[in-house]
Amino acid sequence: MSVSATHLERLPRSVQLCLALGALALLVFPFVGSDFYVSMVTRMMILAILAMSLDLLQGVTGLVSLGHAAFFGLAGYVLAFASPADAGASIWWSLPLAVFGAGLAALIIGFFVVRTQGIYFIMVTMAFAQMVYYLFFDNKVLGGSDGLYINLKPTMALGSFVLLDLDNKRSLFYLVLALTALVYGFLRRLLFSPFGRTLSGIRINEHRMRAMGYSTFGYKLAAFTLAGGLAGVAGYLWGAQTGYINPDLMGFHTSAHTIMMVILGGMGNFAGAIVGAFAFEILLHVFKDLSKHWQLLMGTFIVAVVVFAPRGLLGWFERSNNKETQHD
Amino acid sequence: MTEALLVAHNLTKRFGGLAAVQDISISLVRNTIHAVIGPNGAGKSTLTNLLSGDIAPTSGSMHLLGKDMTGASPEKISRNGLGRSYQKTNIFLPLSVWDNVHLAAQSRQQHALRWLSNATKFEAARAITAMALEQSGLKNQEKTMASAMSHGEQRQLEVAMALATQPQVLLFDEPLAGMGTAEAERMITLLHSLRKNHAILLVEHDMDAVFALADTLTVMVNGQMIASGTPADIRKNAAVQAAYLGEEH
Repeated sequence: MSVSATHLERLPRSVQLCLALGALALLVFPFVGSDFYVSMVTRMMILAILAMSLDLLQGVTGLVSLGHAAFFGLAGYVLAFASPADAGASIWWSLPLAVFGAGLAALIIGFFVVRTQGIYFIMVTMAFAQMVYYLFFDNKVLGGSDGLYINLKPTMALGSFVLLDLDNKRSLFYLVLALTALVYGFLRRLLFSPFGRTLSGIRINEHRMRAMGYSTFGYKLAAFTLAGGLAGVAGYLWGAQTGYINPDLMGFHTSAHTIMMVILGGMGNFAGAIVGAFAFEILLHVFKDLSKHWQLLMGTFIVAVVVFAPRGLLGWFERSNNKETQHD
Repeated sequence: MTEALLVAHNLTKRFGGLAAVQDISISLVRNTIHAVIGPNGAGKSTLTNLLSGDIAPTSGSMHLLGKDMTGASPEKISRNGLGRSYQKTNIFLPLSVWDNVHLAAQSRQQHALRWLSNATKFEAARAITAMALEQSGLKNQEKTMASAMSHGEQRQLEVAMALATQPQVLLFDEPLAGMGTAEAERMITLLHSLRKNHAILLVEHDMDAVFALADTLTVMVNGQMIASGTPADIRKNAAVQAAYLGEEH
């Protein structure tokens, strides 16, 4: 029953249709795209999972984290350390382990950071992420600044039958697609669950939530932990795709780019995060081809989006679609 | 019945050198309305905030339904049976009326942590929401956006949200402020009906409403209580007339 003017929570039919068409296109993409593009789209979907996990904090709960990449990178490291030297790690246990590791780190860091608000939250999340970054950067045992290689890709087997070998680009693509859909479906349900309603209440008016008896600290910590775990899904897949993990994954730039993806697509509905991740990566390629000062172009574009389409690309699409029928 | 549901003893709040509330003792009894009046800056809102846990007292104690709630968080005090409305309208503007009230109702349900079930499907919370909307006269506006309501309607929504947490003690901070005559009359009727089964603290500037509703009156000036008693006593009280009523009449 809730539709908010500034927040696109319920997706209009037109957007739903586009999403369904996009999913269909992705489903057949490996049969038409070259290896290069299949890998590129795989990376976009991995970043879409990362962006969706951040959107749970940023768009739904109203917590802008500038340290979200820490959990993304940590899960990649878990995979690197969990991979045996002579074989690929089994997805069965290494994926849950990586997600658990990222979630646990988020629980511990969240315990300290969700007490803060606004600008302080942004600063403290960044500080914690930098701590994690330097922990790995300065420790040779943890790979140091060079990072770690994952020489053999994870596999999923039932007995001796190999279901999935992530060395195969197509297998990886479909696993990532399935997980993107799963995470999206899960988060959409969560958004309209009692837990999701509570989180969005906290974003709108935390003071009143507390006055109505909600222990907002617990809810924010749960959201932070969950978001960290989901970022871990993305980090694991990133490690599985690239076969290489380094501290930069956990760095400030990765966190900042993720925030931009969420803003670019439109916050608070997870579909926007997917659109934003894809758009960001496509723009990155276009701008990098145009000029070596691609950051300047990207920055200008993001500023333009914020000014002219404050609800992101998705909000802009929805608006231009409804222009004839809506009068406000 | 003279069952005191909320008992505050010598509550004091200092902001630096200023004692916004000084040694106030007050008890709220079931089935009665206890009004607090006083000129602007007397500390009425600070007192309300102390009782609801929005701010912690410098000294003094507060017991709610027999439990010590001194310095407790607002969420703990709310869960222990206290509901309040705010002087400055404090609602969820981007949400519909129904969603506002439902969020309040949901706070009392065990399921608030559930992640995968639709929030609007829970009968208990729906029933409480419907009741609070009915009681506060907003039944026909449940689909309206809170941001699109008039000021007076938003005040009604404040009350509906407080009711949906099913409190035994209610604190109303100037519920009539900025209301038109018809709206105010409806609110007075509502407050009157809530007296049954609740212990109510009413902070209000509208003296006609206060004297029509209150069973007990406390008069505050400069953070201190200068008189407390029945409305009839207060009318006769010379100190009150000098300090407060005199200025208005």
